[in-house]
Amino acid sequence: MSIDNSTVKKVALLARIEIQKNDEAALIDELNNIIGWVDELKKVNTEDIEPMLSVFNETMNMRKDNPQSNYTNELILKNSPENNAGFFVVPKVVE
Amino acid sequence: MEYYIQGEKNKWEVILGLEVHAQISSKSKLFSVASTNWGGEPNSQVELVDCGMPGALPVINEYCVEQAILTGLSINAKINKMSIFDRKNYFYPDLPQGYQISQFEHPIVGSGYINIDCEGKKKKIGITRLHLEQDAGKSLHDQNEENSYIDLNRSGCALMEIVSEPDMRSPLEAAEYVKKLRNILKYVGSCDGNMEKGNLRADVNVSVKLKGEELGTRCEIKNVNSIKFIQQAIEYEAKRQVKILESGDEIFQETRLFDPNVGETRSMRGKEESHDYRYFPDPDLPPLIVTEEKINELKKTLPELPDQRKNRLMIEFNLSSYDAEVIVNDKDVANFFEKTVEGRDSKIVTSWVTGELFSFLKKTEKNIKASGISPLKLGELIDLIIDGTISNRQAKEVFEDYIKSTESAKIFVEKRGLIQVSDEQEIENLINSVLQENPKMLEQYRNGKDKLFGFFVGQVMKVSKGKANPKVLNELLKKILSN
Amino acid sequence: MTDFSSLTITSAINGLKNKEFTSQELVQFFIEKIKQNKHLNCFITHTFEQAIDMAKIADKRISAKNHRMLEGIPIGMKDLFCTNGIKTTAGSKILENFIPFYESTVSKNLWDSGAIMLGKTNMDEFAMGSANTTSFFGNVINPLKSFSNQKKDLVPGGSSGGSASAVSSGLCLGATGSDTGGSIRQPASFCGLVGLKPTYGRCSRFGMIAFASSLDQAGPIAQTVEDAALMLQCMTSFDEKDSTSSRNEIPNYLDYKNYRLKGKKIGIPKEYLIEGLNNEIKEVWDNCINWFKSEGAEIVDISLPHTESALPTYYIIAPAEASANLARYDGIRYGFRQKEKDLKDLYQKTRGLGFGKEVKRRLMIGTYVLSAGYYDAYYLKALKVRKLISKDFEEAFKICDLILTPTTPNVAFPIGEKQTDPIEMYLNDVLTVPASLAGLPAISVSSGFNKEKLPIGLQVIGKPFDEISILGAGNAIEKLRGF
Ligand SMILES: [Mg+2]
Ligand SMILES: [Zn+2]
Repeated sequence: MSIDNSTVKKVALLARIEIQKNDEAALIDELNNIIGWVDELKKVNTEDIEPMLSVFNETMNMRKDNPQSNYTNELILKNSPENNAGFFVVPKVVE
Repeated sequence: MEYYIQGEKNKWEVILGLEVHAQISSKSKLFSVASTNWGGEPNSQVELVDCGMPGALPVINEYCVEQAILTGLSINAKINKMSIFDRKNYFYPDLPQGYQISQFEHPIVGSGYINIDCEGKKKKIGITRLHLEQDAGKSLHDQNEENSYIDLNRSGCALMEIVSEPDMRSPLEAAEYVKKLRNILKYVGSCDGNMEKGNLRADVNVSVKLKGEELGTRCEIKNVNSIKFIQQAIEYEAKRQVKILESGDEIFQETRLFDPNVGETRSMRGKEESHDYRYFPDPDLPPLIVTEEKINELKKTLPELPDQRKNRLMIEFNLSSYDAEVIVNDKDVANFFEKTVEGRDSKIVTSWVTGELFSFLKKTEKNIKASGISPLKLGELIDLIIDGTISNRQAKEVFEDYIKSTESAKIFVEKRGLIQVSDEQEIENLINSVLQENPKMLEQYRNGKDKLFGFFVGQVMKVSKGKANPKVLNELLKKILSN
Repeated sequence: MTDFSSLTITSAINGLKNKEFTSQELVQFFIEKIKQNKHLNCFITHTFEQAIDMAKIADKRISAKNHRMLEGIPIGMKDLFCTNGIKTTAGSKILENFIPFYESTVSKNLWDSGAIMLGKTNMDEFAMGSANTTSFFGNVINPLKSFSNQKKDLVPGGSSGGSASAVSSGLCLGATGSDTGGSIRQPASFCGLVGLKPTYGRCSRFGMIAFASSLDQAGPIAQTVEDAALMLQCMTSFDEKDSTSSRNEIPNYLDYKNYRLKGKKIGIPKEYLIEGLNNEIKEVWDNCINWFKSEGAEIVDISLPHTESALPTYYIIAPAEASANLARYDGIRYGFRQKEKDLKDLYQKTRGLGFGKEVKRRLMIGTYVLSAGYYDAYYLKALKVRKLISKDFEEAFKICDLILTPTTPNVAFPIGEKQTDPIEMYLNDVLTVPASLAGLPAISVSSGFNKEKLPIGLQVIGKPFDEISILGAGNAIEKLRGF
């Protein structure tokens, strides 16, 4: 089993997803099945093959350095669960 | 002079590498059209990308790419024709996308170097790379007991991260490196170098080792935003590490914060547990391709850089290496100097710029630009010295008042009756009266006490209230005394 | 009220132009129909008021002979496209109350063409699913029933299941979809419709909520090939807000009508004859080969040797990209927040409760394959295999003009089936994913029925930006299929 209890915990922390205790065992099984299944790729010979970063093979569009102001502070904050004095509000962050 | 930390048992070498984050002086952000203006109302300069709205997409600012290339060229670095933007993934409230768009494996600028001057010695500092990335927003922690406040105005601003080799060996070298780099950026115009505003800030990697041993474990001190603090932070951190090592413990690799209030570095917990950034190429952005033509075109627009300018000033104006260095160290000072020296004697201009002007700036804690002093203002005063209207000494005495005044040098000097007395008869009268008042001194002088010549000069100056032309006075006094 | 059930987009345009009915009448009819068919759960949000307002404008423009391409045509908008002032959820609790203040380019293009929005269609959460059973807003029901078991509700396919079911049941004349691994083609096939995924870069992704950025493409779901071509025409544009938007010239898609199969080489990839391919589907595929032959096309056997690796490749790349794309849903700037005193708790609980099971599963996979120690083995490996898959198509298109395959290995299945095991569900996409990975245009056209009277779709894959040819081949199927 490539994904065990501690791996799931580590990955869940990285992804910031709380896993309910009851779901944990089933999730470990599912993840292992999926990882076991994609492991098939290891059989494919990819020697000297460049990774394909994008199917898009035109050059990247660039824009000129012209500043715009399309959205007011009110719009930016409009959907926020909590805001104050123009700021987004989060629980205290300790540095 | 070799720098080391003297522990209880050993002498320790300090190994330093710097990651400098320089905000590009663009009008809009790296991947969004929002303004980069400083000091706006919170969350008022925010486009969709900058606050990570669903469906937002990044579009790159051409100006930022050009500035990165120009900067790369000015640090003698290789420009990579293909570079790739990656996502650096971590959760933090001031990182709205949940990732920072940065460059990981393929930066836009490869290895280069700059030269620094440290206590008269030249040293080459290697630069590993320069890459483009987004800045984060700002978290404010002091507004409220229970909460932190998030302002995304800075989110998405363009940064160049310039990574040095671990080539520096003392806090002074690190300081000189940052000064030189900042100077180059200001010459190029890619960054205003303002450390107070956080437009230039450094992560300092510090490790210590015994001579001849392998590199030790390093700690990274994050976001130090003044040259003084960089030096203080290094000194504190190096000593801390020496203490740990000499007590037989190991250094734990971590990121630390420098607290200027207490002059100490401390561990940044919180961010520790999850530094698996899972970099991968940003699928929203195709590779960044830079053509040879583009690079050559930009090369042509590259301004004269500090090292080149220093050489030119030394040749053109016969400056000493030291004077040339201090003048080019600040682009604005160098520009000021070159404007002032036009049509004037370079020796006297140099001495006024590096002397009176510098001490005035230091005293008032202003840079040349903020001081508002124009080349014309200083130049007019120097002109009056050169044409003998006032003495150098007079000029020095009134310099501060003159600079603060709005009058032209001529009027200023006239109004205060500062015109130098060059009339031979008038000076002769003064000399004679001084000699008469000091018969003992005169006798001693006549008996061979030559040093008293200066005393007589001083006395004449005193009674003339400093107005006597020193040249005329010297000549006349010599003549009279030899009679 | 007049029954407009048999209208297509094309016939409605004619009816409106010829003043047989007004857009307001059309809109009223569909509003009623939507109300009568709530049990299908096709829409997350209704926008009836806006629709009536838009219809009034359309009628005015039609009377003034100032009509645009889709003037007055009521459509459904997949709830993945951000619509200004109208709730946009991506089928997720985490965006339950999100109201964008900006408009996606694709939806804007449609409104600018005169199309009218009846509502936002239901979908698999963040487009992750193939049966429309992962939406926070409940399952979507396929209006079609199996001949022998009228009691069982069938899935419409996914992720654009709300769009497909709505068009199939006549709740709107056409609808938008998005396709990452088959999310337009597969539901179109399950609901007896035409679904077209354009070449990657053809439709702007701006304002379309991202699932996997390197794969996501918007496209139309419609009753006929002509309707799909009309919608596609209005959806596509070069968009400077999307760095992967193509500058390729946009043709007149209705030119497909001049397309002839005669002399064209149709590739039949042997690897698509997969184990588990439904026999009746195989039969329809064979029939179509014969129809194409009868039109003078040449059938060539081709090989796409890495086909079997496509699905695992997709299930590494798509979740990896999604793990970063969905990091922004953190409860800070918008969307659902589980209020907590500690920031980390807030993140974990917000995302733990805000995302559904399938999304969390994929985010876990995506995070895992990018994490330290696994990146090379999974993510990098998948990028290399993706290259091989893409090369397979390049080679194949050297010897053929189009590729003809089934769209899905099975017909629509009852809700609840094939979902006990994620991999079994993923297998639904086995025939659509390869073209997605290669960024190629592909169309699914309803081509026959099984004995249960359930539709069977065939897929035609084209060369990059050759949407005309796949529309042309689809048109031929429509003519030859005999219904
Ligand atoms: Mg750093
Ligand atoms: Zn950085």
